[in-house]
Amino acid sequence: MDANNHQWRKATNVFMQTLSCVCAILVILPLLLVFFHLLSQGASSINWAFFTQLPKPVGEAGGGMANAILGSFILILLASLIGVPIGVLGGVFLSEYSHRQLNWWIRFFADVINGVPSIIWGMVVYGLVVVPLGLPFRGTVSAVAADQKHFTVLEPDGIPQVFTVDAQTRFKLGGGNQLASLSPGTDVIISFHASSDDTQSAETIYPSSLWRVALLKAVGWHNSIAGFSTLAGALVLGLMMIPLIMRTTEEVLQLVPTGYREAALALGIAQWRMIAQIVLRTAMKGIVTGVLLALARVAGETAPLLFTAFGNAYWTHKLTEPIAALPLQIFNYAISPYDDWHRQAWAGALVLILLVSAINIGVRVLTRDRFSKRGA
Amino acid sequence: MSTQPAKLYSASHWGDRAFKTLTLVMALSVFVLIVLIGYELAHGSSAAMRLFGWGFLTSSDWDPGKDHYGALPFIFGTLVSSAIGLIIAVPLSIATAVYLTELAPQWVRQPLTIFIELLAAVPSVILGLWGIFVMVPWLSGHLFPLLQNTLGFLPLFQGPIFGPSILAGGIIVAIMILPIITSVAREILRSVPGLQREAAYALGATRWEVTRIAVLSYAKKGLFGAVILGLGRALGETMAVTMVIGNSPQIAKSLFAPGYTLASVVANEFSEATTDIYLSALFEIGLVLLGVTVLVNVLAQLLLKTFAGPGVKPQN
Repeated sequence: MDANNHQWRKATNVFMQTLSCVCAILVILPLLLVFFHLLSQGASSINWAFFTQLPKPVGEAGGGMANAILGSFILILLASLIGVPIGVLGGVFLSEYSHRQLNWWIRFFADVINGVPSIIWGMVVYGLVVVPLGLPFRGTVSAVAADQKHFTVLEPDGIPQVFTVDAQTRFKLGGGNQLASLSPGTDVIISFHASSDDTQSAETIYPSSLWRVALLKAVGWHNSIAGFSTLAGALVLGLMMIPLIMRTTEEVLQLVPTGYREAALALGIAQWRMIAQIVLRTAMKGIVTGVLLALARVAGETAPLLFTAFGNAYWTHKLTEPIAALPLQIFNYAISPYDDWHRQAWAGALVLILLVSAINIGVRVLTRDRFSKRGA
Repeated sequence: MSTQPAKLYSASHWGDRAFKTLTLVMALSVFVLIVLIGYELAHGSSAAMRLFGWGFLTSSDWDPGKDHYGALPFIFGTLVSSAIGLIIAVPLSIATAVYLTELAPQWVRQPLTIFIELLAAVPSVILGLWGIFVMVPWLSGHLFPLLQNTLGFLPLFQGPIFGPSILAGGIIVAIMILPIITSVAREILRSVPGLQREAAYALGATRWEVTRIAVLSYAKKGLFGAVILGLGRALGETMAVTMVIGNSPQIAKSLFAPGYTLASVVANEFSEATTDIYLSALFEIGLVLLGVTVLVNVLAQLLLKTFAGPGVKPQN
C-alpha cells in the first residue's frame, strides 16, 4: 500500500471523528437554546405572586399559576396511587415468577403500550370516564310537551326533571337524531357537554352505558356538571405510568443477587415474605428511581389532559371538577394572543422544566452507586 | 432472567398463592390496557366508520361545517412531518451515538449522556413554546429564505413563507426524537462485543474503520430498530407539533405551507366537536393513529429484541 492511501485513511478517520463530534453538539444545541430562552424570558416573571395567586383575567397585569402548580401536584399524587402499586407489583411478577412465554408477552405489550401516543390515552379516558361522568341524569321519559321543545324525565328516585331542547341539543338514540324518537317510557341519560368556551349548554342523551353511570352514582361521583374532572386527569396519567414503572421495577429487581433470595428461603420464610422483605427492600432505591422518572415524565404531559382534566381558572374543590395543570396552562397561554399571558407561559415553563430536570438529575445522584457497581 | 431459587416449602401456602395471584393480576393489566385502548377508540369511531367507510382514509375534505370528514390531509401531514423529522434526526443521532460509544474521549461521555437524557425529559409543550416564540421566527426570518434562494427551483421550497409550516413541524419532531434514537442506538452499540472491535484493530484499521466495519455493520439491525422506534414517536408527537405546524388541513406541495397532523387535529378539535359525527370522526383519526403507531412499535420491539436479547431495553 502506498503512503497516499495511508494518509487518506488517517484523514478520513480525523474527518469522521470531527463530524460525529459536530453532530453531538448539534444534538444538544436545542437543549441549551431552550434552557437559555427559558431563563432569559421566564426568570423575570417569576415572583411570589406567581406561586400564590390565581390567574388574572386578560388585561389585568400580575396574577400567577398557583392553582396550576397545585393542580399538577394533585394530579401526579392521585396518578401515582393508581400507577405505582399496579406497576411495582406487575414488575415483581415479571422478575420473580418465571413464566417464560407469558412474561415475554407482558413485556412486549408493556413496551408497545409505552409507545402509544399520549393523546390517544386522553381519548380513551374521555370515553371511559369523562362521558359517563358527564351524565348526571338518568331516568325514564315521562312526558314530551306538545311543542316538542320540552320533555320530562323521571329519575329512578322519582324526581322529575324538565329538559329544554335547543339548537345545541344532541341526541344519541341508536342512530335516530330527533326528539320524535323520544317517547314516554324511553330510558335516557342526559349530560351537559362543556364546550370550549366553558359554557354548559349542549345536552346529550345517551340510551346506553347505564351501568357505568350506576357505578359512578354508587360511589357518589355522578354529580359533575361536565365529565371533565380531576378524577379523569389523574386516571389518564396513572394508566400511562403503569407500563413505565412495571418495566423499570422488573429491571432493578433483576439486579438483586439470587443469593439473597436463596439465603432468605433457606431460613424458612415464605416466598412472598422473602420478596416483600428482602428483594423489594434491597431494590427500594432503584424502584423509587423508576417511580420518580415516571412521575417526571407524566408531569410534563399535556395532550392527555386536554380533554380529561380540561384546565380550570380557579381552585378545584372536588374530584369531579375540572382541574388546572401546569402544562395545560402553559399551552393555553402560549397559543393565546396576549403578551402578558406569553410571559406567564415562559415563567410556567421555567418552573416545569426545573421541576422535571431536578427529578432527573436527583435520580442520577441517588443511583450513582448502583451504576458504578454495575460497571457501567 | 434470574435463576429461580428452589422451592423449599409447599407451594400451596396461602400467602404465597395470594401474593402471586395479586402480582399476576397487576402484570396482566397491560393486556387490559391494550384491549381498553382498542375498545374505546373502536367504540367511539363506530358511527364515523359506518358513515364514511374506507373513503374516510382517502378523502381530503375536512369540513365540520358541512359534516364532511376525510383523514387524508392529516395522514399526509403526519407522514411528511415524520419523514422530515427522521431525515434530520437519524444521521445526527446515530453519529452522536457512535461518538458517545466509540470516538469521544472518556471525560466527554458522561456529561454528554446526561445532556441527551435531559433533552429527552423536556416536556413537549415547552419545546412547543420555544418553537412558537424562538424557532419559528428564526426559521421564517433566516433559514426559510435561505432555502428558498438556494433550493427554490424545487417545488418543495416555493411559495409564500408563513412561519408555522410543515417544515417547522418536521424540525420540532426531529428535536423530539433525537434523544430517543440516540440513547437506544447508544445501548445497541454498547452491546456490540468488544472482540469485534479488537479483531478489526488487529488488522490495522483506524478508529473510524473499526466503527464502520466492525461496529456499525454488526449493529445494523438494532440501529434500524432504534430508527423505527423514533418513527413511532414521531408519528404520535402532539403538542410541540400542534404549536408550530400551522394547523390547516391541506395537502400542499410546498414545505413552507401550513399542515396538520393526526395527533394535532385531535388535540385542537376534540373538545370543540359540536356534533356526534364530528366527535366520531376524531375518534376514527385516533384509531388510524393508534393502528399506525402500534404497527411501527411492534416492528421496532421485534427488531430490538431479536438483536439484543433481554439485556437491551428501549429507553422511554
